[in-house]
Amino acid sequence: MSRIQGYAKNAYPLANFLAPLRGARYTAQLMKLIRELTFPLIAILAAFLVGGILVALIGDDPIQTYALLIGSALSWPDGIGYTLFYATPLIFTGLAVAMGFRCGLLNIGAEGQLTVAAFATAWAGISFANSSAWMLIPLTCLVAIASGALWATIPGVLKARFGSHEVINTIMMNFIAVGVASALTQTYFKQQGDPILETLPIGDGAHIPRIGQIIPGIPARIPLNMAFVVAVLACALMYVFLWRTKWGYEIRATGANPNAAEYGGISVKKQIVLAMAVSGGLAGMVAINEVLGYRYRYYQGFSPQYGFTGIAVALLGRNHPAGVLVAALFFGALTRGGLFVDIFTEKVSKDLVLILQALVILFVAAEAVFRRRMGKTESQV
Amino acid sequence: MLELRNITKRFGNVLANDRVNIVVRPGSIHAIVGENGAGKSTAMRIAYGFYRADSGEILVDGKPQPIHTPHDAIALGIGMVHQHFMLVDTMTVAENIVLGAEPGTLISLDIRGAGKRIRSLSEEFHLAIDPGAVIENLSVGQQQRVELLKALYRQARVLILDEPTAVLTPQEVDEFFQILRRMREQGKTVIIITHKLDEVLAISDEVTVMRDGRVLGHRKTAETTAAELARLMVGREVLLRVQKKPAVPGRVILSVRRLSMKGRLNGISFVIRAGEILGIAGVEGNGQTELIEALAGLVGESELSGSIDFDGREISRLSARQRKELGIAHVPEDRQRRGLLLDASVAENSILGVHYREPAVTGRSGIMLDDASIRARAQRVIEGFDVRPANSELPARALSGGNQQKLIIGREFELPPKLLLVSQPTRGVDIGAIEFIHRKLVALRDSGCAVLLVSAELEEVTAIADRLMVIYAGRIVGEVDPTLATNEEIGLMMAGGSRTSDED
Ligand SMILES: Nc1ncnc2c1ncn2[C@@H]1O[C@H](COP(=O)(O)OP(=O)(O)OP(=O)(O)O)[C@@H](O)[C@H]1O
Ligand SMILES: [Mg+2]
Repeated sequence: MSRIQGYAKNAYPLANFLAPLRGARYTAQLMKLIRELTFPLIAILAAFLVGGILVALIGDDPIQTYALLIGSALSWPDGIGYTLFYATPLIFTGLAVAMGFRCGLLNIGAEGQLTVAAFATAWAGISFANSSAWMLIPLTCLVAIASGALWATIPGVLKARFGSHEVINTIMMNFIAVGVASALTQTYFKQQGDPILETLPIGDGAHIPRIGQIIPGIPARIPLNMAFVVAVLACALMYVFLWRTKWGYEIRATGANPNAAEYGGISVKKQIVLAMAVSGGLAGMVAINEVLGYRYRYYQGFSPQYGFTGIAVALLGRNHPAGVLVAALFFGALTRGGLFVDIFTEKVSKDLVLILQALVILFVAAEAVFRRRMGKTESQV
Repeated sequence: MLELRNITKRFGNVLANDRVNIVVRPGSIHAIVGENGAGKSTAMRIAYGFYRADSGEILVDGKPQPIHTPHDAIALGIGMVHQHFMLVDTMTVAENIVLGAEPGTLISLDIRGAGKRIRSLSEEFHLAIDPGAVIENLSVGQQQRVELLKALYRQARVLILDEPTAVLTPQEVDEFFQILRRMREQGKTVIIITHKLDEVLAISDEVTVMRDGRVLGHRKTAETTAAELARLMVGREVLLRVQKKPAVPGRVILSVRRLSMKGRLNGISFVIRAGEILGIAGVEGNGQTELIEALAGLVGESELSGSIDFDGREISRLSARQRKELGIAHVPEDRQRRGLLLDASVAENSILGVHYREPAVTGRSGIMLDDASIRARAQRVIEGFDVRPANSELPARALSGGNQQKLIIGREFELPPKLLLVSQPTRGVDIGAIEFIHRKLVALRDSGCAVLLVSAELEEVTAIADRLMVIYAGRIVGEVDPTLATNEEIGLMMAGGSRTSDED
């Protein structure tokens, strides 16, 4: 097989399979960690550099702008609180996309999956509003995960069964998701006379606590909630799942080389469906943050494209849960800081944040080229 | 013409090239031989600007030249054909050749003009390649000639060929050597890496031997012998033919009856007993691949007819996994495409196929991978099969071709197998390792395992098979005693002439 075709089949060179088996020599691990971190860090620095030049060209002071951006994202408690809050959905969608990548799938449909999940979660929260919190919170969380998983399973099955490409199908499912959720909201779940397309509120029992209610010193007005803790746990769980279980091995093997996976007695079709389901479930967990922890209802347009930003997060985080966590926090900080830049600078708008994000992705994507130049990835005979 | 002077290159703590000096005279065919991992590919990739040397210099026409990228090399008239071709399958020959030949060509692509030049080059060197043909319709041998054309089109004066014959059938090798001789006549210089000493003797003018990253010696081909080269390469006497006791066949392990696959396999029947090696000889592409994959459970059930009995049990409905569980091991012909997860570690590769059961997994649930036993298994494979470098954390990609092969064979031996399906076990493997692999296969046989060996090397099947069948156009055309049959007889059968006339 030609090498070029080989790359195309393998599709995502960044989805590298390597993960340390535990207990290898520390120095080697440390070196590897440093290597892994170098490129994302360089990419971020380069993005800020170019962004700074842009700011200067527009006519504002880059140093001041960045001081504002970073300062507002890291101030205590509001800056940190909001940064973590904004990061939460991105952790979920970043994990979702990374899970797909690891199996060689590009799940563009996290947006649709989280939309469906948010609606279904609100539906459960409304329909069983009178149950106790003990019942309702686990139930609604389960609905969030299951509905996201189900929505993603459809393109998974289509790919496994008929070989139709997941990118196209997940994009289509995004449109269907928004349409279905809106129509159902409009017809069955809207408050009489409400001008906004949103559902009734969910039952109080389904509200998950805000961090401020648990840890004193953080004001409860900050919407950071237990979903963040769930997100961090999800990162840890995903690591264990992918690298410590036989199921994760099978998913990674499929992503790394489906031919070899098949040879190793792994059903590639099953892995595709499984990876899509897990990916969708992770995307669906966004509903825990947005519906159960923040707005307490579904409303159309609640997601500023979390699903698509998740692709960037996964890319920057090198499809590793720890990387996704860090990348999501970074993006969360940018979102938070962007608001302040928008308001408190004369000329720069919060689009600066979008530009920075785009630049980071561009530089991360350029990594493959750098690596080649350094003669690191070339294969043997 | 081309000279490498004191080239040193390290990968991590592997010293791949250690002060390598090679002088290639203009207009000669220069062979480079050496064990797997000796550093041959690395040295040549440095000359081609693919890797950058840590120290040392490259001289072209006597002048030191900085070669940092393949572009620099091409500008100096150096071309390289890698063992794994770099062609876009869905494009035509001409498009592939023009692609990236000169900067800016993508905009003003003059395919037609290029086609003319390609045609005349093809005629000049008797390559018989149509510039309009689509790559995926070409045979491996033809694709290789397209790679040659690509280098010639870029006006290469020096052609570096990394194991060009490993993928060719014996007939194709002969044609290929004709082409190389013609190139030499036209004043081109050729550097060829190969593991086959008879090829070195047949084609080259001079030969350089490498071991452990160092150059051990230069010889004029006319003044050396296969035995001397082998000794230099391996550092000891090498048995070019394994010694084995006569087989002691036991009960029938595998019994195949009228196995057919549309257009590929035509009513194949045979049995293999415990403790014997059944060889299948044949020109590649006559159904060997399909036969092995069908037996391993990698061909859709609906595509096959006939029956496969393994150890008294009909298995043609069983999945690849179930067959492995019964003790059917498989060494695939294409190790990188089928046999390995190149980016995964040696340890992770050592459990492929058994990753879901004891001892790879642990705990009551049987879900969690068990590092300690995985590492122990990898270590057994590494030690038992001399995989170098002996580091289970390295990605499989970092191993040289022969070591990748030893890793796969070692993994399959760990199963442990009752039946081993093994295809092209020594392709691209050095002579020391060939001897080693052959001894392992014979030892496996002696321990009572049944072995089905498919190989395009006639030498190989006649040397280690106890019985030999010949396959042609998806049919078994005859069986011979490998100790008695001559190569001519077998060759005739491989070409479709049947010895025992069973016309129908
Ligand atoms: N990209 C790489 N990363 C790490 N190690 C490498 C890399 N490429 C080669 N090596 C190591 O360098 C050594 C020399 O490898 P090289 O490929 O040059 O050997 P070779 O002589 O071509 O062997 P073969 O006959 O098996 O192709 C080997 O030990 C190999 O493992
Ligand atoms: Mg090599």
